[in-house]
Amino acid sequence: MFRDAALVAGRDLRIELRSRVVLWQVLPFSVLALLLFAFAFGPSQARLVQSAPGLFWLALLFSTVLFAQRSRALEGSPATREAARLLGLDPAGVFLGKTVALFLELVVLEVLLVVGLLLLFHVVVVSWLVLIAACLLAALGLASASVLYGALSGEARIRSTLLPVLLLPILAPVLIAGVRSFQAAIKDGAGLSGRWLGVLAVFSLVYTGLGIALYGPLEEN
Amino acid sequence: MVSAISLQSAVAVAGRFPVLAGVDLNLDEGTVCAVLGANGAGKTSLLRLLAGLTALERGAGSVLGADLTKNTSGLRANVGFMGHGVGLYEELLPRENLAFMIKAARLDPSGIPDALDRVGIRGRVAATPVGQLSAGQQRRVVLALLVARRPRLWLLDEPHASLDAQARDLVGSVLEEAAAGGATVVATSHEPDIVIPLADVVVTMAGGVVTERYAGGRMGSSDVS
Repeated sequence: MFRDAALVAGRDLRIELRSRVVLWQVLPFSVLALLLFAFAFGPSQARLVQSAPGLFWLALLFSTVLFAQRSRALEGSPATREAARLLGLDPAGVFLGKTVALFLELVVLEVLLVVGLLLLFHVVVVSWLVLIAACLLAALGLASASVLYGALSGEARIRSTLLPVLLLPILAPVLIAGVRSFQAAIKDGAGLSGRWLGVLAVFSLVYTGLGIALYGPLEEN
Repeated sequence: MVSAISLQSAVAVAGRFPVLAGVDLNLDEGTVCAVLGANGAGKTSLLRLLAGLTALERGAGSVLGADLTKNTSGLRANVGFMGHGVGLYEELLPRENLAFMIKAARLDPSGIPDALDRVGIRGRVAATPVGQLSAGQQRRVVLALLVARRPRLWLLDEPHASLDAQARDLVGSVLEEAAAGGATVVATSHEPDIVIPLADVVVTMAGGVVTERYAGGRMGSSDVS
């Protein structure tokens, strides 16, 4: 399983580095979303700092939908997916490999968005440990849920509209727990970060487990 | 002779439509079989059933010893499939495509350069992403994958489509090498003049069933079924 996961992760990352769709389309969208949020909330520093956690996580979630669609598209045409089925890859390994690739891409996005948060929203981070832990746990949960729901969303012609409808409601716990964690991590924030980091950890574990169990049957059907 | 394919009254469906309506087919290992028939006769569906990509709805069948009525995932590693579609990752180079698929099949990737060279994928073409190659060049890459994988069962859906005369000769020699190495080959075609001389056995399909079976023109063939 882990050998196949490494193979699939390498494939997805190599395709992405070659095509640069994430680099030139998805990442700019994410940064642009954050920028527009900053414009929409006006110049008031207090308002920007207060709204920063929510807007960060909104930008991340909407961008995750694009990442999820891109991750699914990397599987190629129906003929390519069938060719891959004939290779005997462990479906759980394929799921893990795609999740790892998407996790790494989301971490890069989170770094960009955090930089945007510091520059545009004038946020001061009190606890980098909480912020980094929240980002990593959320990236894992977002990646695993995205790969799983990407397999559930069917063929390309309906995936573009169906996947957001399926995925965004599922990601609501990540939004809530992420915002609370960030509020605990920044100046003037509040809340018990441990509880919310726990929610992110449980979400990640659940969807990683579900993906390992269900990805194979979903692909076969 | 060892049986490679054994189908008795095999029925397969697509949705509610029977794409195979009771196929009887028996082939020994090392046989080259050409499958002819009009569009919609069930040729592609037969290949997909043999690859384990389509479920056996009724009847009995075994491929390379694997019972088609049970889980066929174990069969797939022994099958090489060339379908209508390219089946490759367009952003990757031919070598990278083969490397991924060979390693996924847990085979030795050291034979990849020879396999690509065997089908004429060299130089500038070998350094071009598959999506930028012509249809004929893409099918050569798929053929290289089969050469590198050396599966026990080769399933080819119209292998000569989109190929020039030189490439068609190449397909013939590759299939001959595969059969000489003990592989079983099943190839569908709309070009009987090209495929019959390569085959030990020729079957004709219509309406999802095999309607005719006779000996092909391959040297030394003597199908007596």
